Amino acid sequence: MLLILAGLGLLVLGAIASLMAARSPRRATLLGVGGTIAGCACALVPVVRVLLGHAPESLRLPWSVPFGVFALGLDGLSGFFLLPILALSALAALYGSEYLGAFRGRVVPARAWPFFALLVAAMALVVLARNGVLFLVAWEIMSLAAYFLVVLEDETPAVRSAGWTYLVATHLGTAFLIVMFVVLGHEAGSLDFERFGAALPLAAPLAGLVFVLAMIGFGTKAGFMPLHVWLPEAHPAAPSHVSAVMSGVMIKLGIYGLLRTLTFLGPPPAWWGWTLVAVGLTSGVLGVLFALAQHDLKRLLAYCSVENIGIIALGIGGGLLGVHHGSAALAVLGFAGALLHVVNHALFKGLLFLGAGAVVHATGTREMDQLGGLLKRMPWTGSLFVVGAAAICGLPPLNGFASEFLVFLGAYQGVLHPAAAVAGPALAVLAGLALIGGLAAACFAKVIGVVFLGEARSGHVAQAHDPGTAMTLPMVVLASGCVLVGLAPVLLVGRMGGALEPLTRLPAVAIELALAPALLPLQWITLAAAVLLALVGTLSIWRRRRLAGRPVREALTWDCGYARPTPRMQYTGSSFVRPLTRLFGGFLRTRTTRVAPVGPFPGPAALATATPDVFRDALFRPAFRMASGTLAKLRWLQHGRVQLYVLYILLTLVVLLVWKLR
Amino acid sequence: MTALAALPPLCALVLAPLLPGIITRTRCWLTGRRGPPLLQTYTDIGKLLAKGAVYSRTTTAVFRAGPLVGLAAVVTAAAMVPFGTAAAPLAFPGDLILLCGLLALMRFATVLAALDTGSAFEGMGASREVQFAALAEPALVLALAVVVRSTGNLSLSGAFGALTSAAWASEGAALVLVLGTLFVVYLTENARVPVDDPGTHLELTMIHEVMVLDHGGPDLGLIHYAAALKLWVLGALLVGVALPVQDLMPWAGLLVALAGMLVLAVLVGVVETVMARLKLLRVPQLLVGATALAVLAVVLVMRGRVG
Repeated sequence: MLLILAGLGLLVLGAIASLMAARSPRRATLLGVGGTIAGCACALVPVVRVLLGHAPESLRLPWSVPFGVFALGLDGLSGFFLLPILALSALAALYGSEYLGAFRGRVVPARAWPFFALLVAAMALVVLARNGVLFLVAWEIMSLAAYFLVVLEDETPAVRSAGWTYLVATHLGTAFLIVMFVVLGHEAGSLDFERFGAALPLAAPLAGLVFVLAMIGFGTKAGFMPLHVWLPEAHPAAPSHVSAVMSGVMIKLGIYGLLRTLTFLGPPPAWWGWTLVAVGLTSGVLGVLFALAQHDLKRLLAYCSVENIGIIALGIGGGLLGVHHGSAALAVLGFAGALLHVVNHALFKGLLFLGAGAVVHATGTREMDQLGGLLKRMPWTGSLFVVGAAAICGLPPLNGFASEFLVFLGAYQGVLHPAAAVAGPALAVLAGLALIGGLAAACFAKVIGVVFLGEARSGHVAQAHDPGTAMTLPMVVLASGCVLVGLAPVLLVGRMGGALEPLTRLPAVAIELALAPALLPLQWITLAAAVLLALVGTLSIWRRRRLAGRPVREALTWDCGYARPTPRMQYTGSSFVRPLTRLFGGFLRTRTTRVAPVGPFPGPAALATATPDVFRDALFRPAFRMASGTLAKLRWLQHGRVQLYVLYILLTLVVLLVWKLR
Repeated sequence: MTALAALPPLCALVLAPLLPGIITRTRCWLTGRRGPPLLQTYTDIGKLLAKGAVYSRTTTAVFRAGPLVGLAAVVTAAAMVPFGTAAAPLAFPGDLILLCGLLALMRFATVLAALDTGSAFEGMGASREVQFAALAEPALVLALAVVVRSTGNLSLSGAFGALTSAAWASEGAALVLVLGTLFVVYLTENARVPVDDPGTHLELTMIHEVMVLDHGGPDLGLIHYAAALKLWVLGALLVGVALPVQDLMPWAGLLVALAGMLVLAVLVGVVETVMARLKLLRVPQLLVGATALAVLAVVLVMRGRVG
């Protein structure tokens, strides 16, 4: 625990030092980045120790806040979330040290780095906190630090508006969390997490209420549809290393909060599982559909995060159903898949956002249809991006496949369950995951094809080149992580016992027993992946030998006999996904503006499509308008006369006095 | 693992290029032509492997990796599908998920290689491929779920091992529906009529063939071989469900399964003769229909267990 505290201390120290060095941008960057990396490295040591099977650690210090105790704990569940938080944050900091250099004049490092270090420290504290007040304080610091990072480029109106959306969303979410903790605290008589567990079991309606509050409050942070509206705004607005951390780990804290709350609530009723499966299906399918329709690279990645949160929710839903129906296999596989996907998503989404950052850095645009042929100009970024994209599509032999495999396997186990109440949702999970996988493949084929392959579509690409070592190295590390976890998922899944224990409510022995059938196929997958890679290697050597003595020429792409193909003839991203966006047009409501060529001597024609968020436009905007319309009726109370406000206070006091004396 | 386990992948690797030959031959025979010899695909592949190569200047390593990754993926997949009474060498609970994953990997590699050429036609083919694949995948996964549910086994080899005539007697109706789904998936995934037309020479209307327009020489040979293998692997899946050979002797089971593959190829040839390609806008309806069949089958097996 001491090392964790030292790590947190280093992070805060780095933040303060970076702030103090505001005069020199170089020193501010150095101190901020150095503090972040040192703090993360320091705190990683005990995390790894706990994951390797050391006893959980805890710490309790008195704190002068009402109901607050500075209680920290590091168990398997916390460890599983801390691992990606610390690792990805350190890598993102290294990346940012070079990336933010390009923003010179627009972004002050002494504003960027203190908030970054603070964000990392707060995220770690959220996972470690074992007291409601401490948790909420850490949660709020995290949300606010992230807000200031989102609006780093506050001279752009779009960035300010995105920051505003994020701020409103996160505070609405927190409001639900405060109510949730008040309810829990009222029942348990304390805001300590230990006491929440001890107050079990809550009455069914009360537990249901807490569950719903947690789903809304934590779901807003995680990005469950339809609470995801801030994600596609905030992620593109933030600098890329910040987007990587926000999307890779910060939104996962919503998942962490939900899981931690579930451990307080006693045996789950079936409808919790159904709710999570339904939410997962909605987020997964709609998330990837909206991702398909986007033109902005980072916005696409943000929607894709919603999709992956959906996959995680499917895993949790399956796990809950397993717990409810006493199927250890389904429970363990569902939760294990969800947890592994949390780590995996941090790896590949971090990689993809950093890659997208490198592209934006090199070309100055996020519009995919302006790019093309970048793989030739940016071979490192391009090939690493391809690895990340294949991983996120859940293709073997990469890590995305491993976690989706566990969720799939859990669902197939569920199909075998005699009760239709399990088999039904399990089938929905199967069909949903398959559809999500197919659509995700389409989505990332589009991204790679349009951005990295083919010919350049505009002048933006002409000067593009790979970034320096500080930006490339983190991407290399993340891509290696994707490959490593993909080849040997057992490394992580075998360490999950401690995290699964409170979630599945099974004794350690039963978890070992239920994990064994998951570990065996994962070892087979390692073997199959080795066969696959060996085959690719052999074939490529064989082809090189084969072509050695034969003529190998270069020519133009075959365009049906047309000898002068131009880059403008290529399929664009929009045309590539057009069949799918038309098929699902009912959900997407893509708006098309077109200037058609008319008359015998037509003028220039134009076509533009945009897919704004349906929920933002059709759900939240009217809801907020209605709320403000209703609340406007109360405005007569508030008219700016101080004397009347004093009168209100006096009246309130009198009423309270009378009520108390009665 | 017994020596018998080497049989399924061996059959696939050796006999797969026969299937396109049988399909073409059937079509020619039904339309009153003589057609190419049965072994034409072997000849084609051999000829292509002996050639040099021409690469487009637009392309990168992704284009060159496409055929290799595709073939490696489908060969690995071939090691996972049982044939006759023989279990596959790669058999474990959940191998059916890996099978779907490997086929997706093969498709992804082909699509990326197509997009790498920067040609509008190949982009068009790739776009159609990903659309149809996204819709075919749920159908395949649900169809396999029915097999899993009616045999109580999570691995392909185990499930097909338990798929005896007794299983057919109790879950026959559901399995017939599954066969319908699998056949549609088979035609879609292998780019046959009514989804795609391998015989056409008009780039605008093709899907799979147009994606590989720019490949030549050994690369094209590998692609043809991989396509034949895919035809075999998914065919073995279909035949495995259709023919409960587990009660037979190993050699008899093998013969029956081989006969089943022959019948399947002839059936595809007949479909290609009597049907035209569907309008592209109609294909999603076909695939959703196939998924609906699978859902119906699921309902049937679940009702069977509960009631």
